[in-house]
Amino acid sequence: MKFLDEYRDRGIGEKLLANIRRDSHRPVSFMEFCGSHTVSIFKYGLRQLLPSHIHMLSGPGCPVCVTAAQDIDRVIALAGLSGVVTVTFGDLVRVPGTRSSLQQSRAEGSDIRIVYSALEALDIARANPEKKVVLVGIGFETTAPTIAASLLSARKEDLRNYSVFSLHKLTPPAIRAILAAGETRLDGILCPGHVSVIIGTAPYRFIVEKYGIGCAVAGFEPLDMLLAISQLVGQAEAGRPEVAQSYGRAVRPEGNLAAVAVMNQVFEIAAANWRGLGNIPASGLRLREAFTGFDAEKNFAIPLSDSCEREGCLCGAVLRGVKTPLDCDLFGKVCTPVSPVGPCMVSSEGACAAYYQYGDRHG
Amino acid sequence: MCLAVPARVKSISGKTAEVEIGGTIYRANILLTPQVKVGDYVLLHTGYAIGVIDEDEAEQSLKMFREIESAHEIS
Repeated sequence: MKFLDEYRDRGIGEKLLANIRRDSHRPVSFMEFCGSHTVSIFKYGLRQLLPSHIHMLSGPGCPVCVTAAQDIDRVIALAGLSGVVTVTFGDLVRVPGTRSSLQQSRAEGSDIRIVYSALEALDIARANPEKKVVLVGIGFETTAPTIAASLLSARKEDLRNYSVFSLHKLTPPAIRAILAAGETRLDGILCPGHVSVIIGTAPYRFIVEKYGIGCAVAGFEPLDMLLAISQLVGQAEAGRPEVAQSYGRAVRPEGNLAAVAVMNQVFEIAAANWRGLGNIPASGLRLREAFTGFDAEKNFAIPLSDSCEREGCLCGAVLRGVKTPLDCDLFGKVCTPVSPVGPCMVSSEGACAAYYQYGDRHG
Repeated sequence: MCLAVPARVKSISGKTAEVEIGGTIYRANILLTPQVKVGDYVLLHTGYAIGVIDEDEAEQSLKMFREIESAHEIS
């Protein structure tokens, strides 16, 4: 397919790899923020092809994975309320909460539906005027504008039985939290391509200016990623960090201003709870007051419970790049995609699922 | 979750476009890409076009890729 296949050319990939091997002299660790990058790195075997002293660490860029245990429990509680239809993107239903999961709630009779788009959630609301349809809004800046757009449509149509439970999270504050904590020495960040389609490249300046390391925005095809990794290697070797990018066909420096405007019209920045990173100020999105009627958090009494992570699950540390899935005693034994203990094994873009599916089970 | 796929715009009607991916036609909401025109390629994410592909930029990047000399050829 156009704009995908051309960026999978093996001959050019081999040239890029040869140049990376030529230019890379010292051990470096780069974090790929985005779970889709983690999957691409495994899918195309890049870990095996890169020099062994270039370490790629998975980051927190998996929306299902970073949803805190307490928020999972709140969604489960919401789904149990009478007259509510809970609409969610796929993987979330299988994430174990403290005592249950959405999947279990569904088996017990709660009306929980899986969609691929907020547009389908709107259709469900239109078709069920007697029900209260709540979309669980998870995702980063890529997805948040689409949820915002669905709320603009709902307001225009006066679709009053539609609301959103916003658990949206922002990328730059999470990168900042990881760099500020300094638990892992990082020499560069592979920044997410589709988040950057929306926010542009300027929000990553702080990585260079405050933390003195380089970053590169990358697409998801092998040539996009190899070019970005070669940019990171070049910056690290020369000691000249900058905000580079290898995804110019999709990412403008200023981002998608129309999408940002829609997002800002509906949402405002708020603190958010992250699995692994805790509560980070100004790292999430909540609905603005003008959209109170569509804010599930304000319109339903969603009980808070004592939530806790599953014992032994290292998902939080994996999301910070401090541990790899192979460090976890549960990995591949107690915790598998069939019976996952933590969300990093549930989500198709979770680091544990990628390590498991693509065969790196033994280091 | 942040998956987005290039799709060619076949027709536009109000805030909805018909787009094609590998021969299959999908509907895409274009509220987030008001500048889009028939014939453009958009990035389709969860039913919404979230960006328009810059074809000149794509062509330049492919040209740059083709011109890369590898370490093998130089040495």
